Amino acid sequence: MIAIELIDQLAARVADGAHVALPPEYSYVPMALVRALIRRRARNLDVICVPIGGMAVDMLIGAGCVRSVEAAAVSLGESGAAPRFTAAVQERRIIMKDSTCPAVHTALQAAEKGVPFMPLSGLIGSDVLKFRNDWKVVDDPFGQGRGPIALIPAIRPDFALIHSPLADRNGNAWIGKRRELMTLAHAAKETLVTVERITDDDLLGSETTAAGTLSSLYISALTEAPAGAKPLGIPACYKRDNKAINAYARAAQSDDGFDEYLSLNGLRSEANACP
Amino acid sequence: MSYHKAEFLIATVARLLDDPMVRHVAVGAASPIPGAAALLTQAMTNGRLRVSIIHGDANNPFTDGGRELFDAAGQGRIDAFFLGGVQIDGRANINLVGTGTYPQSERRFAGSFGSAHMYFVIPKVILFRPEHTRRVFVEAVDFISAPGISTPDVYRPGGPKALVTELCLMTFHPKIARFRLETIHPGHTLEEILDNTGFEFDIPDDIPTSAEPTQTELTLLRTRISREIAKTYPVFAGQVFGADTAA
Repeated sequence: MIAIELIDQLAARVADGAHVALPPEYSYVPMALVRALIRRRARNLDVICVPIGGMAVDMLIGAGCVRSVEAAAVSLGESGAAPRFTAAVQERRIIMKDSTCPAVHTALQAAEKGVPFMPLSGLIGSDVLKFRNDWKVVDDPFGQGRGPIALIPAIRPDFALIHSPLADRNGNAWIGKRRELMTLAHAAKETLVTVERITDDDLLGSETTAAGTLSSLYISALTEAPAGAKPLGIPACYKRDNKAINAYARAAQSDDGFDEYLSLNGLRSEANACP
Repeated sequence: MSYHKAEFLIATVARLLDDPMVRHVAVGAASPIPGAAALLTQAMTNGRLRVSIIHGDANNPFTDGGRELFDAAGQGRIDAFFLGGVQIDGRANINLVGTGTYPQSERRFAGSFGSAHMYFVIPKVILFRPEHTRRVFVEAVDFISAPGISTPDVYRPGGPKALVTELCLMTFHPKIARFRLETIHPGHTLEEILDNTGFEFDIPDDIPTSAEPTQTELTLLRTRISREIAKTYPVFAGQVFGADTAA
């Protein structure tokens, strides 16, 4: 059985220095858990964005929780640039590992298969590849005339942090067509899930729901967190709150503005308030 | 007939998609003008063109997570796609990462997204960058998110074919790694383009003016297409086509 815990207990499982994966904003982002990580003053996280980061990683960076970020891009989408990310990279306060969307997906697919790497077309001649000392280019060992090909090493995060609209009492979580979360959970050592609500139905009991359900096999702990993706939106539950995200984007332009945002949103723990 | 500047750009891009080789066009994130252009071509060709818009749920056919777009592209199931750039140079290298000496970027931007793969595998990549300035169109980009050309040994069925800006339409010719000016948008001049382009490009003797949107195109845009694109980009649809289109 998987553990049903409080959100702060979930956040406490993520040790400082952990390698943590976060979903993109078109998917199910566990914003309530991100806020809990900030409250508990997580430190030195290595964050892998799958494949694009947004408000979640920007807030973690601003709150000093992040040592490095791997992503194909970090942006607040229609709300503009990710201000804390931009400042941190320009001031070299975090290590940025630039990637490209399919390389992140490929690396996770390698991890879910338990193989050390997978090939990916393209990349050759890109500075993304040039600056990734951990990626390699080899000649196709099968000699099929496709020339050199890049190899992307598997990414096996310590934790996948995801949100879901619905879980059942057995700890299975429905993610619908957001199947990057399936790949991610398969790849990660552990997956921590926040859910809008827990149902008494068995999600694996019907083909219709089972097809879009992440099995509890991959889930270490989950917590009920209604509105847990807000201010981001999730399909069929609530829309992205552009007003709130724009307000964040404005506040996070400066260190002081970001600190004030944390205070106003109750994200400064007691420890955090002390000098 | 008066029209919005965005309507002109939509029609210009749409004509590039009216191509028998383009059966399926995909439109990435934050691309309202390319998205509207794809839907316009679909309407103008009686639905011959398949349009996949990644942003949001409307016109988004993918059910296998974030990777499916890239997997489909890698297999050759997508014929046309759009990319932009913080900087674009005369060899069609694009930079989505930042200015200055990487990794110590002076100005850091979001990142390369899927460009380092898509630019290689999609046969007709259209570079769409309205801002036509020397800040954008540079002699050499500071960071190559994706290169415009590759050596012959590299597997590359795809690459850049055209560049659309607020001033002109250019085509790209990989064998000589150069852009060629094709048409100049109404109200603009060759001199203006030269003043605002930081790289050399080929200039033919005869440069036509870019065609304006037709009555048929504008009518389609302001009815069917505006309603359709509003599902994905309500703010854009409201600004260009009026608030009544916003669903």
